[in-house]
Amino acid sequence: MAELLKIKNLSIGIDGKEILHGLNLEINSGEIHAVMGRNGSGKSTFSNALMGHPAYKISTGEINFNGTLINNLKPNERAKLGLFLGFQYPLSIPGVTVANFLRQANKALKGDAVSPRDFRKLLYEKMDDLEIDHVFATRYINDGFSGGEKKRMEILQMAMLEPKLAILDEPDSGLDIDSLKLVAQSINKYKEKNPSVSVLLITHYQRMLDYIKPDKVHVFVDGNIVESGGPELALELEKKGYDWLTEKEAVKA
Amino acid sequence: MALELNNEYQYGFHDSEENYAFKSGRGLTKEIVLSISKMKNEPQWMTEFRLKSLEIFYKKPMPKWGNTQLISEIDFENIFYYVKSSEKQEKNWEDVPKEIKNTFDRLGIPEAERKFLAGVSAQYESEVVYHSLREDLKKLGVLFLDMDSGLREHPEIVKKYFSTIIPPEDNKFAALNSAVWSGGSFIYVPPNTKVEIPLQAYFRINTENMGQFERTLIIADEGSSVHYIEGCTAPTYSSDSLHSAVVELIALKNAKIRYTTIQNWSKNVYNLVTKRAVAHEGAVVEWLDGNMGSKLTMKYPSIYLVGEKAHGEVVSVALASGSDQHQDAGAKIIHAAPNTTSVIISKSISRNGGRASYRGLLKVLKGAANVKSSVKCDALMLDEKSRSDTYPTMEIDEQGVQIEHEATVSKIEDEKLFYLMSRGLSEEQAKLMIVNGFMEPFVKELPMEYAVELNRLIELEMEGAVG
Repeated sequence: MAELLKIKNLSIGIDGKEILHGLNLEINSGEIHAVMGRNGSGKSTFSNALMGHPAYKISTGEINFNGTLINNLKPNERAKLGLFLGFQYPLSIPGVTVANFLRQANKALKGDAVSPRDFRKLLYEKMDDLEIDHVFATRYINDGFSGGEKKRMEILQMAMLEPKLAILDEPDSGLDIDSLKLVAQSINKYKEKNPSVSVLLITHYQRMLDYIKPDKVHVFVDGNIVESGGPELALELEKKGYDWLTEKEAVKA
Repeated sequence: MALELNNEYQYGFHDSEENYAFKSGRGLTKEIVLSISKMKNEPQWMTEFRLKSLEIFYKKPMPKWGNTQLISEIDFENIFYYVKSSEKQEKNWEDVPKEIKNTFDRLGIPEAERKFLAGVSAQYESEVVYHSLREDLKKLGVLFLDMDSGLREHPEIVKKYFSTIIPPEDNKFAALNSAVWSGGSFIYVPPNTKVEIPLQAYFRINTENMGQFERTLIIADEGSSVHYIEGCTAPTYSSDSLHSAVVELIALKNAKIRYTTIQNWSKNVYNLVTKRAVAHEGAVVEWLDGNMGSKLTMKYPSIYLVGEKAHGEVVSVALASGSDQHQDAGAKIIHAAPNTTSVIISKSISRNGGRASYRGLLKVLKGAANVKSSVKCDALMLDEKSRSDTYPTMEIDEQGVQIEHEATVSKIEDEKLFYLMSRGLSEEQAKLMIVNGFMEPFVKELPMEYAVELNRLIELEMEGAVG
């Protein structure tokens, strides 16, 4: 299968402090990769840096996406190439409705092809998939939303903007089991409709992986991938915790 | 037609003045005041009112608030106080002198009228050059005239209400307006008549160093309602012009007046305006005040709630853009009767070194029991060199009032920009989206056409905002 994301020897720092140290990762089209790791292991740095957050500086290495070196591209330029980041903590934009926001984003990414009417129809379809009330289309983005509503809104944005690679930063955190199922179902649904789409799922817990089957699982410790494997790796982590990997790293060093 | 286009301010062009009917000399004298009154064939009481006001103007000190430095730089001797561009006022657009017509065409005025307005008035320099009102409203007895015609044709109404809300003694600029006023709108809505579609006036300054002093008086009789909208522009010159209007609103028992301003003066206009309303029993007055241009704006629309259960609202936005611009705007609400309610929402944006100030007064007089009021001031600063100040004053002389007050100052956070940019918006689009969202509480109150226009103006102002 075609190679979509290729990361070579990537080191990233913020405020002069290096967080990721020489990371390598390849994701092919259509694959689901899960990244697991403790808080502070560098997962969110990784996802933000992939999307081009200006505070995270690349010191060495390359990020290639779909054959393009994106190291120096702005977030919106990366979005245009087909990258999407589902935020762990989505931000509120008072005064801007979800519908207006998504329409402008859609226009920025795909041009002005869709009529307002067709756009609304499409939006309502996707909202139904996620069991989001249509009234949310006229609410201000994430303004006064509950944790679960925010997370579903991120998935709605993904479904509307149709990326090639969806990086989902802890889409399960703060969700009750019903919301989690809904979020997982809608990710799966998007994936079924678009089999060539790749997903990079960042999560703390195995729980999410009961619903979304990853092709590969990577474990982050101290700013690097220390172990990669199949879905069974996630189950092993669930049983043994992260300590055995930390120890393994210590032995290697 | 001579055109001088300014890159930033799209209404910065001006027309030739060669065909003007009259232009006073520079400076302010008793003779000029007398000649204005004489040219307008005014009744004796108005001439006397003007002369008395001139005396007050000479004696009054400059305001001690706002931007005292900038107002001290106004050169009253260098201003043209009365400029008449055309001999008469037209009712047919085709008859308006060609140059003036071109200007208003470029501003989209007749087009707007055809589309969605019930009545239109267009003031160019000191005089109203075009005026129209829908026939059905005329038949209902609605009066919508320029102020000079109002005085001529309905002297009894004008004499009863004129200057009763804002006397010339109020402040130096109210006195100046009272002495040299010309044009503006006169509106009377008969009892229980609802004017469902907005009436609009458009004010345009063309001459350099022009002083525009329109005077507006709106009376909504018992149980009636009206929505009035005004817009303003001027050419861009290297030296300053002065716009100093007086606007008086009277909402009688159970009447409703909404007054919307979209001001977009060029950056060489001093905009020093006194606006005040009185709301009688059960009446509602709403000021929607959008301040976009000018060198210095000092404007604090006021509402005196004098009858029980009257309600007042002031919703304003100000955009201060550039180090040569100061928006000192706000609101004043005086609760003078029991069970009155009020809302103040102020939104200000400063960018590129601009300065935006909120100055507000909320006053509850003794005996005004059971008052409820909510004041909310939000300031958004787009960069480090811009400035925002808040000067809220509250004077509460009554027990048991309910007052909410909230003020915020914010910046555009990098995280929000990153969030929006990750969805494909450029930095400029993302900033504009945040700014538009910030203005939304104001914009959503506007008729759709104005909302679109305002958003477009903000977009123009924000161009090149990145960096």
